[in-house]
Amino acid sequence: MSEAILNALGALFEGVRFLFSHGGPNVIMIAVACTMFWLAIAKGVEPLLLLPIAFGCLLVNLPLSEVMAADGVLKTLYEFGIGNELFPLLIFVGIGSMTDFAPLLANPRLLLFGAAGQLGIFITLMLALALGFSKEEAVSVAAIGACDGPTVIYVSNMFAGMDRIPTAMVGALAVAAYSYMALVPVIQPPIMRLLTTRKEREVKMPSPKGKVSKAALIAFPIVVTVITGIIAPKGLPLMGMIMLGNFMKVTGVVPRLASAAENEIANISTLFLGLAIGGTMAGPQFLTRETLMVFGLGLVAIVIDTVGGILLGKIWYLLSGGKVNPLIGAAGISAYPMAARLVQTEGQRWNKHNYLLMHAMGANTGGQIGSVMAAAIMLSLLKGLGVI
Amino acid sequence: MNNTVFGLTMLVVGMGGTLATLFLITLVIYGLSALFPVRPEEPGKEKK
Repeated sequence: MSEAILNALGALFEGVRFLFSHGGPNVIMIAVACTMFWLAIAKGVEPLLLLPIAFGCLLVNLPLSEVMAADGVLKTLYEFGIGNELFPLLIFVGIGSMTDFAPLLANPRLLLFGAAGQLGIFITLMLALALGFSKEEAVSVAAIGACDGPTVIYVSNMFAGMDRIPTAMVGALAVAAYSYMALVPVIQPPIMRLLTTRKEREVKMPSPKGKVSKAALIAFPIVVTVITGIIAPKGLPLMGMIMLGNFMKVTGVVPRLASAAENEIANISTLFLGLAIGGTMAGPQFLTRETLMVFGLGLVAIVIDTVGGILLGKIWYLLSGGKVNPLIGAAGISAYPMAARLVQTEGQRWNKHNYLLMHAMGANTGGQIGSVMAAAIMLSLLKGLGVI
Repeated sequence: MNNTVFGLTMLVVGMGGTLATLFLITLVIYGLSALFPVRPEEPGKEKK
């Protein structure tokens, strides 16, 4: 009897024994989860994603946790919605219905900033290859330059599903992507000031006049979907879902569906995606040299994106005879609408009468399309090169 | 294919392809704008 009681008590302390024997990486990851809680709660850093990711990270790192075992809750969520790319795509439907392409349609040239803002993807790809990452790992790391969490998860998880990259790397990539998106207001302003002169930053741009017609707003998502499908079919699910969300919103005939995409669908998918991604952050697999390199390269990608956008802005400034404020180039990334607001704030800092918001919003939505298009083209190129 | 060739191909064709595709979409948007022109704002309506 006493032996049975001792055995039963022993089972209760199994977790403590594990922690002291080989639980070092788990303790570190629990500390990482607590740091993410602090960032999300006290600092407001991407709380929608960081909070569930941190909780998933906590759950998977508690000693003897079975949440990522064969039938574990997080493993089930992972296989249900990330293993098959469903959750990132559902989030894209929501993002599409939250996005207003009118500023872009009012000034279509701003879309080119969305291309320049993807320079970081391709330069980082080369850097990652030079640092010894495999082709699939390098593409996944480079996708952080899209400044778009769901895109990063979509691309990297495609390779994880083929066993070309470790599953734990998907977690590292997702956390890096969302962290840097949240840090855009810290990362971009010094680069903006470094690369532009005061005279350039003070340039006033008149607000676009008139109202974009509803017919153009309705035709736009269809046209972009068709072009993506023809040029880069591997990325069609990404672009198709974002455009579906937008199409439902602009037609105005399915307000319940548009509202569900923007609220319930996006919220539920975000929660499940965050938890499942957190579940991939098990200490022993997560704490590697590669994870640190992912974070370093992610930062480089976003810096180069910003540089690319601003340099195009400077070229445009010269070609237009000083009529274009190069700061709007910094909004050519996918962090919407944060990057656009940042350009507005930075523009007003140097000229109180400067209202760059509408132009920056156009460039920012261009960045959203550009990031998805860059990912779509990368995937199609990989198929063409026989990598996937 | 070695990593250098792969990286350069992705850089040139990837970045070039992204730029070219977005340029094509820009032209299409101009086409849409010609078909469905921007309407002038109605100040009276805005104030409601």
